[in-house]
Amino acid sequence: MTFASESVPIRLESVGKTFPDGTRALEPLGLDIAAGETLVLLGPSGCGKTTLLRIIAGLETPDAGGRVLFDGTDVTALPIERRNVGMVFQSYALFPNMNVSENVGYGLRIRSVDAKDRERKTEELLALVQLEGYGERRIDQLSGGQRQRVALARALAVRPRALLLDEPLTALDAKLREQLRADIDRLLRSLAITSVYVTHDQSEAMALGDRVAVMESGRIAQIGTPREIYFHPRTAFVADFIGAMNRMPLAPGATESLFRPEDTRIVPADGAQFSGTIVSVFFLGDHTRLMVDCGSSQLLTVETTDRREFRQGEPLHLAVAPEALLLL
Amino acid sequence: MNRPARFWLQLGFTVFVCLFLVVPVVMSVLAGITENFFIGVKSGFTLRWIGEVWTLYDKTVYLSIGIAVACLAVTLVLGVPAAYALARTQNRWARAFEELLVLPVAVPGLATALALILMYGQLRGFRASWTFILVGHVLFTLPFMVRSVLAVMAAIDLKTIEDAAASLGASFYQRFFQVILPNAKPGILAGSLMVVTLSMGEFNITWMLHTPLTQTLPVGLADSYASMRLEIGSAYTIVFFFMIVPLLVALQWLSDRTMKTA
Repeated sequence: MTFASESVPIRLESVGKTFPDGTRALEPLGLDIAAGETLVLLGPSGCGKTTLLRIIAGLETPDAGGRVLFDGTDVTALPIERRNVGMVFQSYALFPNMNVSENVGYGLRIRSVDAKDRERKTEELLALVQLEGYGERRIDQLSGGQRQRVALARALAVRPRALLLDEPLTALDAKLREQLRADIDRLLRSLAITSVYVTHDQSEAMALGDRVAVMESGRIAQIGTPREIYFHPRTAFVADFIGAMNRMPLAPGATESLFRPEDTRIVPADGAQFSGTIVSVFFLGDHTRLMVDCGSSQLLTVETTDRREFRQGEPLHLAVAPEALLLL
Repeated sequence: MNRPARFWLQLGFTVFVCLFLVVPVVMSVLAGITENFFIGVKSGFTLRWIGEVWTLYDKTVYLSIGIAVACLAVTLVLGVPAAYALARTQNRWARAFEELLVLPVAVPGLATALALILMYGQLRGFRASWTFILVGHVLFTLPFMVRSVLAVMAAIDLKTIEDAAASLGASFYQRFFQVILPNAKPGILAGSLMVVTLSMGEFNITWMLHTPLTQTLPVGLADSYASMRLEIGSAYTIVFFFMIVPLLVALQWLSDRTMKTA
């Protein structure tokens, strides 16, 4: 691939961030990101994920003692313009005074690439993000999805050492989001570029991440592959944040067990571990989601691909396979 | 044509208000080109008074243009970076400063001028030069420049755009001149026209600060009404009118255009 970047491994050493007003945005933490890896920082707003991304980018400096290393070299003191990273923002952050080509070629212009090479590269990049022929368009003539593609092309044009994406899909509507997510996934895989992707959307995190770091109030609660995080969450926070989670004691007097809605099977009465009545029914097309009252403090969520019609008030017998139970 | 009485009442009132406002202007213009205003239009029309204004007061016209241009230069150099700094700073001190900026507009020009005279009146060379008036004009017009540029900068999420430019390797100067200034252009243009227009027409502060050798156009106008025949004062108004109207038209055209692209 012509755009194969000089991807580098990134290492963070006791990187923390305290804002001038005293708020602790980030507890000191260490993190290793392999060259070519896509790491997703996932968490609710205010968990420190954006601050962490901005420290990697060089838009914020970590508290004293923290170090950021690109390929083993300390870049902590380098401002963003000298780190050679590509950034993609939630608000696209395209330059309104430039057309699409000028936006994509801006980094090359800064690097004094001559006009001819710049034009050729810009066209290649526009092809890469499926925007051939859009070069002369003004930014306000583009849809949100097209703008974010331009932003991606602009970030990739300078062959960055890492690509940093800050909630790039959040401003888009659901259908576009899914489509662009697939395109970003294809790009990240084919370019094998070290990427850090910030999102609060767990399905985005699972779909895109080689590894996912779930963050909670300035700390990394758990880091691992999407499968590890989903099937073996280490804390209740992680378990709840990644997908829905049922919790109830499976035997009288036993402690609460945790299990996923899709692992809660509907069984005949004689095989039931527990029973309840349907409180509400949500038919979602490919599956049906049922809220079931089993007498515990919380309603149980059951997801089934069974095509029959469920009714409110209907009794339901349920079971969970032992291997589907989560142990924290 | 069977309209209710109310229609005719409303029409009559509207016409009356329009005439009330327009007739004095027409009379003033007429006075400036009439041979003898006390005899009336039948004395004939002439451009003599306008010519006379030019020989008597041409210096005030040049000085006004000179001060307006200098004032524009100063407000650009001070105002655009100030607006940029305010747009980048999110804390409450910046917001408080923004509020303070309107003070020179709210405080009577007379008070501003008095303060300047109290403070710098003893510096003879400065007091007697046109730059003394310039300082007053800059104080008065700077808020308009800052506010106008700030409004545009706030509308385009300047901070993130600058971060994006930085991530692509642009140094501070490259970001400022290639990204920030071009995108703040509508605000800078609108602010500039505002500053020039206000400076040209400013009377309160200027009247206090001027010396017989540093009369601007509006001050000269007051002088001519006070000491010359009415026809000359009126002709002077026509001269002023022809200088200020193109600026006002440009201002309107520009704000329309900015509205459309925004």
